[in-house]
Amino acid sequence: MRRPSKTSRRSAATATAALALALAATACGGATGPAGSGELAGQTVTVAGVWTGAEQQSFKKVLDAFTQKTGAKTVFVPSGDNVSTFVGSKIEGGNAPDVVMVPQVGVLQQFAKEGWLQPLSEQTAQTAGSTLAPVWKNYGTVDGTYYGLYFKAAHKSTVWYAPEAFAQAGVGEPKSYSDMLKTGRTLADSGRPAFAIAGEDGWTLTDWFENIYLSQAGPEKYDQLAQHKLKWTDESVVRALTTLGELFKDKQLVAGGAQAALGTDFPTSVAQVFGPEPKAGMVYEGDFVGGVAKGQFGKKLGQDAKFFPFPSVDGGRPPVVSGGDAAVVLKDGKNGKAGLKLVEFLASAEAAEVWAGAGGFLSPNNEVDFASYSDDTTRSTADSLIAAGNSIRFDMSDQAPAAFGGTKGAGEWKLLQDFLRDPSDPQGTAAKLEAEAAKAYGN
Amino acid sequence: MADTVTVRPPTVGSAADGKRRAQRRKRRLAVVFVLPALLLLGALVVYPVLFSFGRSLFDASGDRFVGAANYAAIVQDPATLKAIRNSAIWVVVAPTLLTGLGLLLAVLTEKVRWATAFKLVLFLPMAVSFLAAGIIFRLAYEQDPDRGVLNAAAVAVHDGFDDAAAYPTARAREGHGLTGGAGGPYTTTSTVRPGGSIGLGFIGVAPDALPAGAKAAAGPADAAGASPAAGTAGAADSIGGVVYLDFAPGGTGTPGRVDPGEKGLPGMTVEAVRDGRVAATATTADDGSFRFAGLADGDYTVRLPAANFEAPYQGVNWLGPALVTPAIIGAYLWVWTGFSMVLIGAGLAAIPRDALEAARMDGATEGQIFRKITVPLLAPVLTVVFVTLVINVMKVFDLVWIIAPGPVQEEANVLATRMWLVSFGGGNDQGLGSALSMVLLLLVVPAMIFNVRRFRRSGA
Repeated sequence: MRRPSKTSRRSAATATAALALALAATACGGATGPAGSGELAGQTVTVAGVWTGAEQQSFKKVLDAFTQKTGAKTVFVPSGDNVSTFVGSKIEGGNAPDVVMVPQVGVLQQFAKEGWLQPLSEQTAQTAGSTLAPVWKNYGTVDGTYYGLYFKAAHKSTVWYAPEAFAQAGVGEPKSYSDMLKTGRTLADSGRPAFAIAGEDGWTLTDWFENIYLSQAGPEKYDQLAQHKLKWTDESVVRALTTLGELFKDKQLVAGGAQAALGTDFPTSVAQVFGPEPKAGMVYEGDFVGGVAKGQFGKKLGQDAKFFPFPSVDGGRPPVVSGGDAAVVLKDGKNGKAGLKLVEFLASAEAAEVWAGAGGFLSPNNEVDFASYSDDTTRSTADSLIAAGNSIRFDMSDQAPAAFGGTKGAGEWKLLQDFLRDPSDPQGTAAKLEAEAAKAYGN
Repeated sequence: MADTVTVRPPTVGSAADGKRRAQRRKRRLAVVFVLPALLLLGALVVYPVLFSFGRSLFDASGDRFVGAANYAAIVQDPATLKAIRNSAIWVVVAPTLLTGLGLLLAVLTEKVRWATAFKLVLFLPMAVSFLAAGIIFRLAYEQDPDRGVLNAAAVAVHDGFDDAAAYPTARAREGHGLTGGAGGPYTTTSTVRPGGSIGLGFIGVAPDALPAGAKAAAGPADAAGASPAAGTAGAADSIGGVVYLDFAPGGTGTPGRVDPGEKGLPGMTVEAVRDGRVAATATTADDGSFRFAGLADGDYTVRLPAANFEAPYQGVNWLGPALVTPAIIGAYLWVWTGFSMVLIGAGLAAIPRDALEAARMDGATEGQIFRKITVPLLAPVLTVVFVTLVINVMKVFDLVWIIAPGPVQEEANVLATRMWLVSFGGGNDQGLGSALSMVLLLLVVPAMIFNVRRFRRSGA
């Protein structure tokens, strides 16, 4: 759940224009690849997804590979940001796509509950069983039926840093959370505050909390808290907040202090580390930080911009908070059979390697050859994602009702922002979080 | 319709009967004419109001009747109470300020020759949409002086009177001879006698933040000042020392010691203090060294005043929790001042000149004329402007929505934004949202009734 930033608001207009163009293009038959003579020759599979721009181009390459293999034509339909509304209206209009790439686990569950989804084929389930860590299969399963194949993954446990700041301070990549704070203090001693924190965007703060909680309290409690079976007043939450508060309350660690952090949005926080006038040494967020550092500030990944995995907290396993896009097959699609075949293909390492080569992609599939990733940084992110195996968890705030985990100025976002402003009372913050969660979950 | 339009004269003999028939026809005619308006009003106003009221008695899903529970939730929810408080501030402050400002400007512009140009400029913001105005002010109120024009001005003015300190980020290396909180002042923990020397290590200064002339720190002075360093030891009546950056590149140095590669901190003010009084003051040289000469024998502590470490002035935190509502009201004033000025100006033009002239003849001062004649004569216009603004302020939404950043959204919320947030912005509790909209309606009604009454009176 990312709020569009000020800079991206401007580009939203152009994006919309581009989307309109893309829609127009696909409307007049944007079928990719020549119709071959495979087993599915003559059939057309329609795929809907949120991807635009480079991501869409790369995904089309994957679809082309499918065409070459089976002879089925493929059409990609951009769905816009709100997949749920898009698919709902398409089904109502009798024009449902065959396959949808769903970006949130909540939406996938909603689709399944509406009865829109077809169970995936036996073969997909088998491939997924052997190539994906069980957790990925579980997130694609609703009430015991396997509906969604996770094809593209995100890694939200990467701490990005400026190597020259680390060299100046004479520190290396920390291995534990307390090490990281120590590294941060040394960085501050050298004259460069440790962390750029994007406090104006509540979602970055929820990600901080989730990483600490996942490592400190373990995946089981994490799952319970995500479903609100565990109360936020639980001792483990208070402990994680205290741990987070240790960082928040240290003026040396938060660039500019809490006040400035609350006025910093995500793109600015990346600029504070990798921009022309660096004000901090590290910024924590997902693998997409690398994209911003590279795209906006011309940093060479792995050289001017590096990352280390979010370190373990209090001896727990290093956390890997993740997310991803799952492929589902709609019942109302015209070529459901071909759709199922496409998902079978997406389950293969072969399909993932096509996009891996194009860049900007992580696969949860453990058979994907690391050599196929286009650069070292992505390769090591992928390595860390696969190595985490079954301890991966999805972003908790994405799993929560939007009122709690995804609303600007309300719920968890707001309360963690208040906590950043004044981290002195973890207990009180936990109580407030519980009150908001109880309201939003309704249980 | 034809028979309703051609009204035939009543036949003689049944005058009373005809009269009644004519009356009935008239009434029917009235109904026919009113019907379209009634239908529209019913569909667009009455039905939604009734529906909202009904909806406000149900829970979030709309399936379960909860009675007044939603209204009870309004009174209990701190976020909603904050919104009610903010709405109250808005309703009291904004229309008052606007009417006052409008009156002032209208009276003043009457007296200048280029009044039209002036009014035009002041009226221009009315042509800007709230969305655009909100974005403009969001930028203007930005905290970072490099981006927010208001803080750029505040910082420029402040720094005009007060120079920025040289080392705002510097702090003493803890446990190596200096005590003092962040931001100074720092004092040595042990005393030093004339003839001795002292090393004062600081950290937290980025290499590129050092003044251009900074040189390598002068000689390896021991932080405790026990052994006089070669470069700083001197006459028996003086204390020498060095203030240096106790952090070598790569973190290779030993804390509390001048290591090779560590630089001095030039331009630092240092004081020698004895019995609470400043005995001598010095400023560090390019290599960070300083010397107090001509000291009487005794125990001295060395102090670095806070002025060395003052954090740079950051301007006003306009969009912080405390100032966000006043800041948004400021943006609202910018948009609406022109409106109230033009309306009041029109009323002013209609005031009988002879009353003013008579007062002037009688020797009234301009102030007296303004208070005793202009304002009372303008009262009806002022009331119209005030009440119109009250109604307008009640429904303010866009400015609040756009200007308030996420972290202070709740502190800035008014009833309208809260209602939207609760019903659609994630909460999806349209029961509570409907209850809020009913509260909003109840609050607007008195202003409406007042306005309608006034219209009726002036119409009669």
